[in-house]
Amino acid sequence: MKVSFKVNGKSETVEVSADTPLLWVLRDTLGYTGTKFGCGKALCGACTVHLNGRAVRSCQTQIGSIAGQDVTTIEGLGGNHKVQRAWEALDVPQCGYCQPGQMMSASALLSTNKNPSDEDIDAFMSGNLCRCGTYPRIRAAIKAAAKMS
Amino acid sequence: MEKIVKNEDRRDFLKVSGSAAGGLALAFYLPTARQAQAADGGSPNAWVKIAADNTVTIMNARSEMGQDVYTSMPMLVAEELEVDINAIKVEFAPPAEVYINSLLGGQITGGSTAVRDAWEKLRKAGASARMMLVAAAADNWGVDPSKCSVSNGMISGPGGKKATYGSVAAKAATMEVPKEVPLKPASQFKIVGSTKQKRLDTGMKVRGTAGFGIDTIVPGMKFAAVAMPPMMGGSLISYDDSRAKNMPGVHSVVQYSRGVAVVADSYWTAKKAVATLDPQWDAGPNADLDMTSLWAKMEEASNGAGAVFRESGNADQGLAQADKMITAEYRLPFQSHSPLEPQNTTAHVTADKAVIITPTQFQQLVPHVVAGATGLKPEQVEVQTTFLGGGFGRRVEVDYCIDAAEISQAAGVPVKMVWSREDDMTHDSYRPAGIYKFTAGVDENGKLQALKFKSTSPSISSRLFPSIVKDGIDPFAVEGIDNFPYLADAGMNFSYVMHDTGVQVGYWRGVSHNLNAVALECFIDELAKNAGADPIQYRIDMLDMGSTKHAWSGLSAGVPVGARMKTVLEEVKKKSRFGKKMPAGKGQGVAVMEGYNSVVAIVAEVTVDSTMDVVVDKVTAVVDGGTLVHPDQALAQVQGCINMGQGVGLISEITVKNGIVEQDNFDGYRAVRINETPKVMDVHFIKSDGAPGGLGEPATAVIVPAIANAIHAASGKRVRTFPALPENVAAG
Repeated sequence: MKVSFKVNGKSETVEVSADTPLLWVLRDTLGYTGTKFGCGKALCGACTVHLNGRAVRSCQTQIGSIAGQDVTTIEGLGGNHKVQRAWEALDVPQCGYCQPGQMMSASALLSTNKNPSDEDIDAFMSGNLCRCGTYPRIRAAIKAAAKMS
Repeated sequence: MEKIVKNEDRRDFLKVSGSAAGGLALAFYLPTARQAQAADGGSPNAWVKIAADNTVTIMNARSEMGQDVYTSMPMLVAEELEVDINAIKVEFAPPAEVYINSLLGGQITGGSTAVRDAWEKLRKAGASARMMLVAAAADNWGVDPSKCSVSNGMISGPGGKKATYGSVAAKAATMEVPKEVPLKPASQFKIVGSTKQKRLDTGMKVRGTAGFGIDTIVPGMKFAAVAMPPMMGGSLISYDDSRAKNMPGVHSVVQYSRGVAVVADSYWTAKKAVATLDPQWDAGPNADLDMTSLWAKMEEASNGAGAVFRESGNADQGLAQADKMITAEYRLPFQSHSPLEPQNTTAHVTADKAVIITPTQFQQLVPHVVAGATGLKPEQVEVQTTFLGGGFGRRVEVDYCIDAAEISQAAGVPVKMVWSREDDMTHDSYRPAGIYKFTAGVDENGKLQALKFKSTSPSISSRLFPSIVKDGIDPFAVEGIDNFPYLADAGMNFSYVMHDTGVQVGYWRGVSHNLNAVALECFIDELAKNAGADPIQYRIDMLDMGSTKHAWSGLSAGVPVGARMKTVLEEVKKKSRFGKKMPAGKGQGVAVMEGYNSVVAIVAEVTVDSTMDVVVDKVTAVVDGGTLVHPDQALAQVQGCINMGQGVGLISEITVKNGIVEQDNFDGYRAVRINETPKVMDVHFIKSDGAPGGLGEPATAVIVPAIANAIHAASGKRVRTFPALPENVAAG
C-alpha cells in the first residue's frame, strides 16, 4: 500500500506492505539509518523515534497505522538539541549503537518533564538497553540537558 | 611447529604456527596476508597519511566497539607527530601485517591489548613520521634536521623558514626510515593523559551518522534474512521455497553452508519470506542436550584428574597437616555476548573479487575464510571494517562474514545479511560454563596454608587457536587464577579439566577471569569469614610480595604484583569506608584481581530483601591501570565493565534444552537496565607512570565476587551457583 507521512518535517510517500514496521521503512526504504535495530520486540529501545512528539518503538509501529502522522528520528533532532549537546559534553556514547534510541527517549522525557528525578529517569529510560553500560553518564547527561536552555 | 587446521568445518584453512615472540601470541601465520600499503601517495608510514592540503589521516588498526580506540590510538600517534588531534581524520585500517597486534599475533581487537600493544609502537610511528617530514624539509633547505623544530603540523627552520607537513609529505615518504626513534618523556605529554580530551567519534554517534555494519548501503544492494538450525550442531535437511519465491520483492532463495536465506529488496520482506520456508532440520548430536545432563556430565568430569598448571610445595601434605580443611564448589553459567548490533555483513562477491564490509574484531582472518568459502584467493578479498555496535568478543568470530559471502555469491548480487536478535542470541559462541572446586587447609588462626583448586570447563582455544593449547591446558582457561596473588606456603596445586559440553564457547569480555577469579575471590571471602578477619586485611596479610614469574601468565602481568594489590585494597577500604556499620539487610563485599596488567579492587554495597532479591546500591572501585592514555575513557571502560559484570553476576544466564538455547531475546536473557544500575558508582585511579594496563575487561570479573560477598554480608547466604537469582541466593 501507499502511505504518506512526515519524517523530520518532510513529506514522504512509500509503497510497502501495511505491516512493515516503521523501523524498516525508515532504514531500508528512506535511508534514515540513525534509527537502530536491536531486538525487533520493543525490548531494547534502540529503534525509538518520536511519533507526534511521543517516544515509540519503531520496530512495533506498523507503517499502515501512521498515515499522515509526524515522525522524528535522531537525524531530525537537529544536531544541536540540548540532549545531543549534553551527550556530547559528557562523552556518553561508547559503541554508540543504542544512543540514538537513548536520546530520542531522553528528549521525549524532557519534553514533558523539565526536571526529572532519578526515579523519573529510571521509569522512563528503563526500556532502553545499553550493553556498554553508559547508564551513569546517561543519567548525568539527562540532568545536564534539563539545565540547558 | 606448523600444522594445517580446519576452521569450523568450513572450507577455509589456516596455517597456525606454534609460537611467536612476546605476549600470548596466538601466532597466526597467514602466508598470503597483504603487505601494508606503506608509503603510498606520500605517506611516511602505514600509520600516517598526509595529503598535500595538510589533511592528516591516522590509520586505526583496532576495531572501535565502544572502548575508544578511535581516539586513544590516534592520540598516541599525534602526541609524537605534533599535530592537532582534533583536526585529524581517522580511518579504519585494512588487514595488513604491519597492523598485527604483537600481544596476540594477529590483527585482532581483544584481550584488552589495544593500548598495551600500541603504547610504544604508535608513539614511535608518530615520531618516525615526524622525523622523516623534518628530514625532508631540512633537505629542501640544505640545513641539518637538528636545526629544525615542529609545532602543530608546521616545520620551522633557520632564518624563519616554514614548511607545512603537506608540502613535504611526498618527499618525506622517500627519506630514510630513522633507526633511532627517541620518545618524549611523560612530563612533556600534551595529548596522552589529557583529562580534557574528548572522544573523536562522539559527534557522529550523537547525530546518528556513525557507520555501523548494519548501516552499510552499497549500489544495487539487496537484503538477506536467514534461517539457521536452531539446535547446536544441527543441519538443514530441506525447505519449501514455493511461497517465498512468489512474494513481491523477493529476489531469490539460496541455500548456504549453514542454512537458507531469502534475498529481497528490504529486510522486512526477506524476514517475512523466511517465515514461509518451513525448514526441516537434522537435530545433530546435541538433540538431547539439556542443563541437567550437562551439569551431571561436567560434575563427573570434575572428579577426574586435571592438567596441573600451577604447583608449589606439597599441597596434599599441607592439607593433611592443616588445622582445618575448608572446601567449596562454585558453578558459573553460560553467557551470551549479545552486542546490541546483531551480527551482519554486507558482501559483494563476483567472479574475481569479494568486498566484505563488516563489523569485525578480526579483520585479518576475513580474507582467508571468505576465500575458503568462495573459491577466490585471499588477495581478491577486500575487507572494510565499520564501527561495531558492541563486540565483547563475539566479533572475533568470523562466521557471519562467511555466511554473507556465500549468500552474495549464490544470489549473484551485493547482499546485506542481517541477523535477527533471535538468530544472534541462539547462534553465539557462549562464555563457558564451569565448575570450580577449592580445598583449603588453614592454621588455627584461619591463615591459608595449602590450597587445591580444580576448574572444569570447555576450552575456547581448542577450537579457535588449537596451537596454543598444550598438555591439556588452554591458557585462556586458566587466566584469573594462573596469577594467584596470595601465599599458601605449604603447597598449591591448581589443575584444569578440559570438558566439552556440546555448547560452542567463545571469548567473552574478560574470558576466564570471569570464571576463575570470580570463584577464587568468593572462596577467599569464605576463608576470611572462617578466620573472623576483616576480608580486606585478610587479603593484604597473605599477598605474595615476591617476584617469581608465573608459569602460565596469559595476558596478565606475568609476575606477582603484591605492592600494587596492597595499594588498591587499602585505597578501596578508605574510599568505601569498608567495615562501616550497615543496616539490616544491607552489606558490603570486596574483591580484588590483577588482569591484563591492571589491578582492580571493588567494594559493592547491596540490599537483599526477604525474597532474596538483590539490589546493588553502591560500587566503589580503585584501579591501578598504569599510565592512562585517555583518562575519561579509562573511567568509561571501568563503568561499563561494572555494569556488564553486575548483569552476569545477578541476572544473566544462557541455558540449553533439546540442544536449543532457551533465551532468544532480551526478555529471556536479561541485562542490567538503568533502573538497576547502582545510584553511586565511584571509580578511582591510582596515579601511575607504569606501562598502561588493559582496562576493557578486568573490572567485569571483579564486580561479581564483590557483589556475592556483599550478599553474604547482607543475608548470611553464600552464593555458590550463579547468577545470584533469588533461588540461588536462597540455596546458599
